[in-house]
Amino acid sequence: MSYDASSTLDAETREALDIDRTKGDFHFPERHKFDAGRGLTERTVDYISDVKGEPQWVREFRHKALKVFREKPMPTHWATKDLDNIDFDVIRYYLSDGEKPKRSWDEVPEEVLKTFERLGIPEQERAFLAGVEAQYDSEAAYSNMKEELTKLGVIFVNSNEGLKEYEAIFRPWFGKVIPTGDNKFSALNSAVFSGGSFIYIPKGVKLKQPLQAYFRINSENFGQFERTLIIADEGAEVMYMEGCTAPKFETATLHSAVVELVALKGAKIQYVTVQNWSSNVFNLVTKRGLAMEDAEVRWIDCNIGSRLTMKYPGVIMKGERARGEVISIALANSGQHQDTGAKMIHAANNTTSNVVSKSISVGEGRSTYRGQVHIPKHLKGCKNNTECDALLINTKSRTDTYPAITVKGNQHATQHEASVSQVSEEMLFYMQQRGLNEGQAMSLAVNGFINDLVREFPMEYSVELKRLIDLEMEGSVG
Amino acid sequence: MPAVLEHPASLLDSAPETPAAFPAWFAERQCAAWQRFLDLPTPKRGHEMWRFSSFKQLDFSAFARSADVSQSTSLVQRSTALESPAAKFVFANDELLHSESKLPDGVLCLPLAEALVSHGDLVRSHFMKQDTRLGSAKWTALHEANLSNGLFVHVPANVEIDGTIEVFHWLSGENTAIFPHTLVITGANSKVRVVDYFQSANDRDPGLCIAVNDLIAGPGSKLDYLAIQAFNEKTKVIQVNETGVARDASATGFILNTGAAWARNESLSRLEGEGSRSDMLSVSVPAREQEYDQRTFQHHVSPGAYSDLLYKNSLYDTSRTIFSGLIFVDEGAHRTDAYQTCRNLFMSEDAEANSMPGLEINADDVKCSHGSTSAAISDEEIFYLRARGIDPVRARQLIARGFSVEVIERLGDEKVEEMVLRFLDDKFSHIASGGA
Repeated sequence: MSYDASSTLDAETREALDIDRTKGDFHFPERHKFDAGRGLTERTVDYISDVKGEPQWVREFRHKALKVFREKPMPTHWATKDLDNIDFDVIRYYLSDGEKPKRSWDEVPEEVLKTFERLGIPEQERAFLAGVEAQYDSEAAYSNMKEELTKLGVIFVNSNEGLKEYEAIFRPWFGKVIPTGDNKFSALNSAVFSGGSFIYIPKGVKLKQPLQAYFRINSENFGQFERTLIIADEGAEVMYMEGCTAPKFETATLHSAVVELVALKGAKIQYVTVQNWSSNVFNLVTKRGLAMEDAEVRWIDCNIGSRLTMKYPGVIMKGERARGEVISIALANSGQHQDTGAKMIHAANNTTSNVVSKSISVGEGRSTYRGQVHIPKHLKGCKNNTECDALLINTKSRTDTYPAITVKGNQHATQHEASVSQVSEEMLFYMQQRGLNEGQAMSLAVNGFINDLVREFPMEYSVELKRLIDLEMEGSVG
Repeated sequence: MPAVLEHPASLLDSAPETPAAFPAWFAERQCAAWQRFLDLPTPKRGHEMWRFSSFKQLDFSAFARSADVSQSTSLVQRSTALESPAAKFVFANDELLHSESKLPDGVLCLPLAEALVSHGDLVRSHFMKQDTRLGSAKWTALHEANLSNGLFVHVPANVEIDGTIEVFHWLSGENTAIFPHTLVITGANSKVRVVDYFQSANDRDPGLCIAVNDLIAGPGSKLDYLAIQAFNEKTKVIQVNETGVARDASATGFILNTGAAWARNESLSRLEGEGSRSDMLSVSVPAREQEYDQRTFQHHVSPGAYSDLLYKNSLYDTSRTIFSGLIFVDEGAHRTDAYQTCRNLFMSEDAEANSMPGLEINADDVKCSHGSTSAAISDEEIFYLRARGIDPVRARQLIARGFSVEVIERLGDEKVEEMVLRFLDDKFSHIASGGA
């Protein structure tokens, strides 16, 4: 089915959908002042460090990480063999125009501005955001935050500025939630990271509006390795949203971020991702939060695009009564593999965690849930709830579920449930009787399947999300 | 008393010899299996099939095969479980001590060592045809190389056997290894039930048992298989099950684990025909330092098949369990109906349960679900029973028993259920008395 054929949609809606379909699929000619070339050696690492003018400790950190990256094997003994298709020698690890991030959109180079305007970022910033950082290839092109937040002591800068200007806050937590050696890709990120945000929310400050970062890849064969560290001091609250797109290049592109969250006593961090990479991007991301006493870390995650996404946001509940949550929606279309999940590490008494994951496989798409729940024995009163539901649309669609739950001791409760289903013929028939065509009926059924999760996203995102899902579902029936 | 104390050679040191009476093809298979055993790597950390496993348990160098059986008469006497079974076989250290049968004519039910000679071709066409998929390929190769006996059952089409075929496998002597094998084939629309009992002659001697059972359920047949594992707590066990279920056939596999220091169960059911059904059931009650490592695989090859797995563990003391299950639906296996549930009941603060319930679905018109829970008995439940005059220790035991009974009731035969409950109650009374 196609939207053009459906008479129930008015012209305006059709137009909106048509624009949206190719929204991320454009790019401008490359114009880089600094280019680390292809492949990864010690010299690449030094080059990045030199361009950025980094202190010695960061350079050493990078070199150590490069060693770890080389030593670590690909995790293909449990993960997909598709990882072996990544050619680390053709990837370009650092590209930038050598400009500092601008505080005003007026100063941003025209092509970059056009890029983000087409993606709707400046508009969203005016509408509902407290601050925005827009990254273009390796470096942020724009970074700004509402003035009153600066007065409250909120820090929202790129990671490069963070490690130089705010070393006292940055360094003690940097690489502590996710150590370099956590996995091969966190090591790679540690060696060549560039961009990403550093956020510090002072004690008791509660941000009413979200902060947003947008990651954009413009160059072919480029590897984007942003590094984000968010620290919410005691009692602080923040919501951070990230969006990502890239144009459809012929060759594979790599995105491998590391995101560390630290929620100190009573703090609350919500991290929202809407990932819509084009289907040539390997999206291999390590995300983990640390929740101290009474703190809460929530990952709200939506994965729509990419060729292969491997992402298992985690929460280490280190203080009593800490809470961790992962809410995730994944949609895998033909040629895509969404390998997502959650990691819940209980490390204090009375900690609770919740994982709700819903995946939809369309065409020959494959979605995988991989989860880990760990409750050690010296603890008591820990609870975990895990639900994962999968919806299969076509006969060649695939879905897998691989949870691992370790519970020691008898004062805990865990439950895990998963189900796999398809949209029933009765359901489609019922809706078609009421005048919807088959495609619309399918879209409605799918939106119903994920509706309770979509509501967890901020309003502006949930509208966008529904539209994206409608688009992905297009042509999947019949 | 011999003048010189001879230490038996470890079973890992040299290739076992195939008895001369066995057919040549079997000798070749054993020879090839030994080579495979040598070639395959020992499982180690990072191997997904051995995630959470205790690798220290995999050192089998202390064990050797032994033909010596002391107290064979008493072992035969101790081999009683069901009243008037349809047939009964007693093995100790893989040697046949006793057999009796009142099976109808046409049913083949005999020790594997005999079947290899008298029905060599029939054995050959069914014997260990499938690859070991769940991690123990090296150990099933060791089993195949050392195999000397077991039970062979072939039920012809349309023959229904009332009652149960019982097989007792005793481990006797220090550091003895046994390799019992059970091969059951049912013809179209036939019916049979086989129970394997695994026990030790005494509570002292460490032993090793690497058992394999091949169950082949023909079209429309019903095949029930039960393994009662009640070895002493010094013994290590690897038990590998392979079940193939044809069109409209129904196979039930049940495992009771009360014994052994360490037991690994690998159970695989292959649903090969429309309307086939597999029930995979298990009850485990580990206590003290016992560890049970269970891996399962529900393979839906054919469309329109049904499988249901229910595993329950009641964990006492510092015991540990691992459950890793996978429902695997092949491309085109539509209208699959598959369920998988693992429940852990914690009876102690120091126990540990690992659950990895998995799904891999390659077809869209399916109903699949899995669930896993871990929890302790709630205070309300204990309070309820105490209010009725039951002391808390007894109350907990009653709840744990009831928890297991839910699985046992699915066996669908009162006498068999009673027998399983006797083994279960034995274990509970062991736990209550605190002794091994």
